[in-house]
Amino acid sequence: MSAPDPSLPALVDRGGPAQPLLIVRDLRKHFTVRGGMFDRNAQRVRAVDGISFTVAKGETLGIVGESGCGKSTTAKLIARLLPADSGELVFDGDGVGQFGGMALKEFRRNLQMVFQDSFASLNPRLTAIETVAYGPQVHGLARPAALARAGALLARVGLAPEQFGSRYPHELSGGQRQRVNIARALAFEPRLLILDEAVAALDKSVQAQVLNLLQELKAERGLTYLFISHDLHVVHYLADRLLVMYLGQVVEVGPVDRLYGHARHPYTRALLSAVPSMDPARRTERSPLAGDPPNPIDPPSGCRFRDRCAHAHAACAAVAPVLRETVAGHWAACHLDDAGSGHPEAPARAAIAFKASFA
Amino acid sequence: MNTAVDPVPFAPAAPAVVARRSYWHGVFRQLARDPVAVASALLLLLIVLAALFAPWLAPADPYKASMIRRLLPIGSPGHLLGTDELGRDLLTRLMYGGRLSLLMGVLPVLFAFVAGTSIGLVAGYLGGWVNMVIMRTLDVFYAFPSVLLAVAIAGALGPGMSNSLIALTLVFVPQVVRVAESVTTQVRQLDYVDAARLSGAGAFSIIRAHVLGNVLGPVFVYATGLVSVSMILASGLSFLGLGVKPPEAEWGLMLNTLRSAIYVNPWIAALPGVMIFATSMAFNLLADGVRSAMDIRR
Repeated sequence: MSAPDPSLPALVDRGGPAQPLLIVRDLRKHFTVRGGMFDRNAQRVRAVDGISFTVAKGETLGIVGESGCGKSTTAKLIARLLPADSGELVFDGDGVGQFGGMALKEFRRNLQMVFQDSFASLNPRLTAIETVAYGPQVHGLARPAALARAGALLARVGLAPEQFGSRYPHELSGGQRQRVNIARALAFEPRLLILDEAVAALDKSVQAQVLNLLQELKAERGLTYLFISHDLHVVHYLADRLLVMYLGQVVEVGPVDRLYGHARHPYTRALLSAVPSMDPARRTERSPLAGDPPNPIDPPSGCRFRDRCAHAHAACAAVAPVLRETVAGHWAACHLDDAGSGHPEAPARAAIAFKASFA
Repeated sequence: MNTAVDPVPFAPAAPAVVARRSYWHGVFRQLARDPVAVASALLLLLIVLAALFAPWLAPADPYKASMIRRLLPIGSPGHLLGTDELGRDLLTRLMYGGRLSLLMGVLPVLFAFVAGTSIGLVAGYLGGWVNMVIMRTLDVFYAFPSVLLAVAIAGALGPGMSNSLIALTLVFVPQVVRVAESVTTQVRQLDYVDAARLSGAGAFSIIRAHVLGNVLGPVFVYATGLVSVSMILASGLSFLGLGVKPPEAEWGLMLNTLRSAIYVNPWIAALPGVMIFATSMAFNLLADGVRSAMDIRR
């Protein structure tokens, strides 16, 4: 196997298969709203409030949650498009941006992103092939070589370069534009691809095509995906593991099949029961969740989900639950799973494995 | 499979025969289909050519006065557009006047366009405290009405054409910066700029490849609209004795010296104004046409 061009050497695996590709530790981002820099009463939105997780090599980690729960902010923090308030990233064993670790430019070659809005993520003044060729040119590839590389990538994502290469974004359909975005993201042979609602804006049929393309590319290039979505069907199809976020925090992590059958956290269960089913017998009679998420400027004390939770108790207001491993690889942040939490329903539930009511 | 990071080699690169259709070519074709823009462009061309070739085209000497031929009406024999208050041929004066008026209209705007766009791009792209320092400083200039500011600066620098050029440029820079900064701030937040940052490009490269092209259009259109303002302001400065001096032909100055004749021969007195109006209008309409032709999303 030879790298396509010597001036862009392929990225190598350094940590070995057991080293997680990405470790996120205690990532935090608060936005200041209302009030400027001299305002002592400035209010802060805790968009991402101390989340930690790992992404194993070659897996697809799905991140789900309601709108405004901090999914996209998390993606931008990982890509370092936004500066984090605190927290660290470890990419294949190297601390990103740390002394002796990995430089930001190097990190960004390893990581690429596909955005939700296929139109806003393409420069309206560049043709498809120029868009894809831009990155390699930045990294020192001559223009003809970069264009040739871009042409090959466009062909790989299913757009014939002779036909589509010279088109501007407004001359492409949504699915075609998203293919261009994928081709651009692949231009450096990245190892981690963050897909931020990458198929959310597409029609169902086009969505399926793009998802299949993503699956093929992953197998072909040994990619690792961080797949952010609010569409639980799509996540079920694509992801290996699922991470559920609520108001800037992780409430549950586990293998997809495990979560879909045996979710522990009441929020995850509510979220999954909101998925429309093809089976009339499983018709949803009432909304599983009442109300809107609380204001992230002033979240409830203790467990942030407690004022929408059917199992809420005084213990939930007093202490914030932490993520605990219930079954190997399956973590949930709920007092119901902690016999020592003081929640009256907890001991009974922790003893018998809870069977989700919707399963 | 997890360790298989080595990429699957690319398919043998297809010869990248990409028919490059130039963006500006498309804009031009779009513009050619807009009758108003074409008419404005032709009118402007006529005015510019007449001004440029005035020494060869003009029927008379622009400075030759004649006391017995004062204020002849339009269509007098030998004087197609009549004569002014000193008996000089008005057609000749208007052609010569176009040279200075166009220069005073276009040059300050051109300078302000270059300087203002650069400052606006930096302020908008960097954001944060850099943006704050630049924009608040310019707000000081922005707080004054443009006429007052132009008069104040030209007055401080002293009369003369180059000084009024400087004064007008300084008046327009903050306005252009405002537009450039706000457009840059919008463009900067779009995902394609984030994608470019992800590709490891530096700020300068991103501004050049992704931001500039998308900012230039709106700023250019705004600046074109300033040409007419500049012409009128320059005329105002001339009137106050801060710009062009009387024997010289300039539309604003002519309008002012002819204003005493408005009861005797109003048509003659209105002619320099008509020229300013027609030129400004043509600039504005052409700018509108260019803007819609440049709107690639249609």
